[in-house]
Amino acid sequence: MSAPVHPFLAGTASDAASKLGQSGEAILIFFGVGLIIFVAAGRATGRLHRPMTITVLLGPALILLAVGLVIPAIRTIYLSFYNDDSTAFISGKNYTWAFTNHSAQQALINTLLWILIAPIVATVLGLLMAVLVDRLRWQSVYKSLIFMPMAISFVGASIIWKFVYDYRAPGRPQTGLLSEIVMKLGWHNPPDWILTHPLNNFLLMVIMVWSQTGFAMVVLSAAIKAIPDDIIDAAKVDGARGLAMAFRITLPMIRNTLIVVLTTVMIITLKLFDIIRTMTGGNFGTEVLANDMYSQTFTNFDTGKGSALAVILFAGVLPLVGYNIVLLRRERQIR
Amino acid sequence: MTGVIYEDASCVYPGAERPAVDKLNLDIQDGEFLVLVGPSGCGKSTSLRMLAGLEEVTAGTIRIGERDVTHLPPKDRDIAMVFQNYALYPHMTVAENMGFALKIAGVPKTEIRQKVEDAAKLLELTEYLGRKPKALSGGQRQRVAMGRAIVREPKVFLMDEPLSNLDAKLRVQTRTQIASLQRRLGITTVYVTHDQVEAMTMGDRVAVLKDGLLQQCDTPRHMYEKPANVFVAGFIGSPAMNLIEAPIVEGGVAFDGTVVPVDRDSLGQASSRGESSVTLGVRPESFDLTSDGTGIAVIVNVVEELGADAFAYGTAKVGGGDVDVIVRVDARNTPAKGETLHFLPKPGETHIFSTVSGDRLSQ
Repeated sequence: MSAPVHPFLAGTASDAASKLGQSGEAILIFFGVGLIIFVAAGRATGRLHRPMTITVLLGPALILLAVGLVIPAIRTIYLSFYNDDSTAFISGKNYTWAFTNHSAQQALINTLLWILIAPIVATVLGLLMAVLVDRLRWQSVYKSLIFMPMAISFVGASIIWKFVYDYRAPGRPQTGLLSEIVMKLGWHNPPDWILTHPLNNFLLMVIMVWSQTGFAMVVLSAAIKAIPDDIIDAAKVDGARGLAMAFRITLPMIRNTLIVVLTTVMIITLKLFDIIRTMTGGNFGTEVLANDMYSQTFTNFDTGKGSALAVILFAGVLPLVGYNIVLLRRERQIR
Repeated sequence: MTGVIYEDASCVYPGAERPAVDKLNLDIQDGEFLVLVGPSGCGKSTSLRMLAGLEEVTAGTIRIGERDVTHLPPKDRDIAMVFQNYALYPHMTVAENMGFALKIAGVPKTEIRQKVEDAAKLLELTEYLGRKPKALSGGQRQRVAMGRAIVREPKVFLMDEPLSNLDAKLRVQTRTQIASLQRRLGITTVYVTHDQVEAMTMGDRVAVLKDGLLQQCDTPRHMYEKPANVFVAGFIGSPAMNLIEAPIVEGGVAFDGTVVPVDRDSLGQASSRGESSVTLGVRPESFDLTSDGTGIAVIVNVVEELGADAFAYGTAKVGGGDVDVIVRVDARNTPAKGETLHFLPKPGETHIFSTVSGDRLSQ
């Protein structure tokens, strides 16, 4: 007889096995259906050939896009004009609420602060790191270290920073890194960081900057390295050094990358949800659009208001994404 | 007086065993057009970049005029450089590109504009001043790069293979333009190329480098007529000089079936060093066709007709082995493939080199 197995473990194991089996089945079915469609389409000849190819290759992507993106977007816009349980049309009242209600206004203002400060600080810091770290001997080690926070989820990062901002009454052993540091520096009675408005907003932004600086650094460092040596040499011969080199040659030549990094971090910031949810749940004056949207929809069960906030968020992200695409396309044309 | 002097100037790249440029000595006169030429990796570009201040001089000194510039940064050397890929600033217009150095130097705007317009007129770029480099053709970009150098009115022009990205026809055209522009401006110029035709046609003097060592620095004509060693002899001239190793015999060097008479003194020098053979150098045009069957027997393999000239590529025999020989023949009366012809070098147009050291032995 085999050794006795704990029933819970046995349950988990059989559960996992059956899940794996199901996944395997699903994959087989997927390939089977795919094969049948492709074989069938491959047999189509003559006038049917081209439309068939287009349908088979484009169809699935279009269907997924419609189900996952287009229909939800349209439905959300539609719902944003209805009341909390989507039974009565109330025209623009949800939007009026979003722009006049105090708590919603706070969310809007905070989001605005976030998208102005966090991306700019992250990009500028990333640029500085790129320039400075590139001159070091073990640059790849430092770069990996700075880039690593990017690999941590926002929830994970928030939990790490929760410890940093942790509050204990002065006199008791401190578990918060920040409190401990400032107390060692002579500030005997530090505040409860997370509860202090408006400081708490900026402390939360630090988390975003911490996780995005590495991304900015890596991308900008690559862009700086892609500037041809010839051009740097020519600028040296022309007399440019230090700041003149940075502001007249290096920065203009990586301008597009700089904007792409800035807008990418902006988009991430605009959708900011995890940090707020984990750290404060939107309390203490730290509410932002995405978290408010979630709270309205799934805590207050007000689909109308939640949808209206979602639409505002969508409208904010859209031009940034569009601009990014235009810029990348222009970049590609130059090369 | 703004000549350029290299004194034992060396450059060793970090981690390299051999210096990229080894004790280079050059004395370039005021207003002279000096061409540095050699195969790739010979150190010619490094020499130029040392003068520009883009490469560290690890030993020796470099002077521009009276000033020791060995360790000065590029901007303090009063030089302008034209790069192989032009290195135009893509985010600036043609006018901004040309005026950039002056702008950095703090020259007033009106003066910059005046100088840029003058240079643009000289280079026929006036109508392109507002364009970005990517909207220009290769030839126009090359002229902008030239303009950027001219605008600064430097003491020395440095050019690093400025023509190698142009197509063949434009290259020949631009070659003469640059040479005449330099004569007109009278600015000392150091020009780097790997193309010996460019070197011969453009330079007042030509310096041949190989493996970081200066082989010879001379006027094009003198270099063609009296190459200092086997390398220069083979490098300068197109098609290349025939360089054939042959044993020394009484009165000359021996080919199978014939003795080619050469200068006695040089053979004497070789024998006194205990060498039993020498390298005979004969340019393709220095052969005379003989009709009486005397001279070196050459079996023709290929005939290249260039219109005005024709070159026969063939094989001769020395000590039982085959050697390749190139001979210029009458373009209107070319030999047939497989035909055997007899040639003798024109008197006084043979070059004798030591087979061991490669040095020139004949006067």
